[in-house]
Amino acid sequence: MTESALPTTAETERRPRTRFWHDLAFWGLLPSRLLMGFALILPIFIIAAVSVATRGAYGGFTWDFNLAGYTQILFNEGWTGELEFTPQYLLIIIRTFLLAGATTLICLAFAVPVAYFISRQPPGRKAILVYLVTLPFWVSMILRVYAWMIILGKDGTLPNLLEILGFQPGMSFMFNDGATLTAMVYTAMPLMVLPVFASIEKLDGTLIEASHDLYGNRWVTLRRVILPLTAPGITAGAILVFVPALGAVLEPTLMGGGKQMMMGSLIQLQFGGGRNWPFGAAIAMTLMALVMIFLIATALRAARREAMS
Amino acid sequence: MNKAIEVKSVSKSFGAYQALKSVSFDIGNNEFFTMLGPSGCGKTTLLRMLAGFESPDTGSLLLNGKEVVSIPPHKRRVNTVFQSYALFPHMTLEQNVAYGLENLGWEKARIRNRVGEMLERVHMSAMAARKPAQLSGGQRQRIALARALAPEPEVLLLDEPLSALDLKLRQAMRDELRTLQRDTGITFVFVTHDQEEALDMSDRIAVLGGGDVQQIGTPTEIYEEPVNRFVADFVGETNFLDVEVLETLGGQATVRTPFGLDITVPATGSAAKGRATLSVRPEKINLGNQAQGIANGITFEGHVTSKNYMGGYTHYTLDVAGTQLRASRRNASREGDTIPVGATVPVGFVAGSARVLAA
Repeated sequence: MTESALPTTAETERRPRTRFWHDLAFWGLLPSRLLMGFALILPIFIIAAVSVATRGAYGGFTWDFNLAGYTQILFNEGWTGELEFTPQYLLIIIRTFLLAGATTLICLAFAVPVAYFISRQPPGRKAILVYLVTLPFWVSMILRVYAWMIILGKDGTLPNLLEILGFQPGMSFMFNDGATLTAMVYTAMPLMVLPVFASIEKLDGTLIEASHDLYGNRWVTLRRVILPLTAPGITAGAILVFVPALGAVLEPTLMGGGKQMMMGSLIQLQFGGGRNWPFGAAIAMTLMALVMIFLIATALRAARREAMS
Repeated sequence: MNKAIEVKSVSKSFGAYQALKSVSFDIGNNEFFTMLGPSGCGKTTLLRMLAGFESPDTGSLLLNGKEVVSIPPHKRRVNTVFQSYALFPHMTLEQNVAYGLENLGWEKARIRNRVGEMLERVHMSAMAARKPAQLSGGQRQRIALARALAPEPEVLLLDEPLSALDLKLRQAMRDELRTLQRDTGITFVFVTHDQEEALDMSDRIAVLGGGDVQQIGTPTEIYEEPVNRFVADFVGETNFLDVEVLETLGGQATVRTPFGLDITVPATGSAAKGRATLSVRPEKINLGNQAQGIANGITFEGHVTSKNYMGGYTHYTLDVAGTQLRASRRNASREGDTIPVGATVPVGFVAGSARVLAA
């Protein structure tokens, strides 16, 4: 008998142990798997199925295969059944991406200096400031959006303040894209500040000193040292802000007045007043596909950067 | 002496802690100047002030005759080699070295030439396209040097740059640093807590302690003529004997040693009558036949209580009438280490090699 045929003591001891950990991992993760399966994956399949179902005459749907939900996004069916291109919904999709993109960029512009400032504070004050950034999460989002309506709306805080300063009385800043954007930036801001702060916090301060030492002014240091080294945090923040912003419902409905729709409010409308479940499901699937494309592109870029360094 | 740097009555406090207490000294052009001291002595604070990362509470700093306290780091013609090297991890070695030159607005071709020249100089040309993470400690050190020297600064600041290297490499880098300084003619301000590094490389050394300059001088002056107990203790090893000054005359003092002998040795100006400290370095103390017949010598007898054989030399601990003395003896031949523990031997040193310091 050769030596290698005999399991070593290390192996005989390890096998039951790994088996134990393997079992523990399986049973321990089972609740999460069930939750993910029933609460996330199954609903997606249901929505996917509904998106290719047929609209019922009085709301609801029947299980007959039909791509009308998808064609409706770009085309309008005329009297005689011919398809006519209508940009109506395409414009909503474009608006949605523009607003979500603007939200992300504005959040980024504010979050980088804020995160940098917090990271340069002494430990005690740092903890307090990070806590203050998360403070809005402690109040329901709908209340926070209503608070913005009170600030911007007719007879609100801002118009009153401007009136005192001598501007024209009775102004309102509500029910337009600016109001929607304001609320979206406000609700998303902590989601940008926190990951950016985490990556700036990890940044070695002597690298910033080295940049200044080598004749780099603040702008050069930000562009060539701080931003490249905090890119992972900025990417994470951008995803956390951009993706939920694509599905925003509350802000466009309450702040934008519901006239200027975003994809989120459009989907809600189709499942509600519009009584067109297949169309709503088709838009939802389209939104998800677009988000997936965005996420995959981001992941590929990150992987390429990783491979290069 | 042309002054590269003038430090004038600089003080600095961090909260209640006084890091620097009104420090003043000059650093000459083309000098290899070392600030030596234990951690917390204020040497790094001073270096950071020269770089522009800290500003003094009071006093002024002059660089080639120009006040620089109000000038931000990126406008000072001063570069730093950081203790942690602080190489930009996302840039190649080439890009790291080019960084300062790009910020100075050099032309592309000139930058390329200079980067190539600097990489050549630190023997890193073959690795130009690598990232810092792929380098060993010594290689990172070289790139940090190349990066800081590339813009031809008026002064190069080095913050304990050798402390992260292993012993062999540290010794090799000392020689390289010294050669680089001589070749470039740039003023080097070197900060370290390692007295051997300071003695080996420097033209002049400032010994800092407790936020104050304790002594400034050439390595020999610092080692052989320490002005106080702090300097004698921090630089090298020494024996301290509590003595009583009987008489002082023209830089000499006659003191009574604890073992009863009255001797006349050099003294610092501040030594007055009364209690004082006598410092004698272990290698200045001769034993056995070497101790006999020393011209102008002081000889007595001692009892060997222990010894440590170190190869090149042997450390002896002696008991002289109840006082402990350490002596080290070079093992000049195979038979060098022949004095056994327990032996009573003649002990002696040249009067000029001891020193009386203020208590």
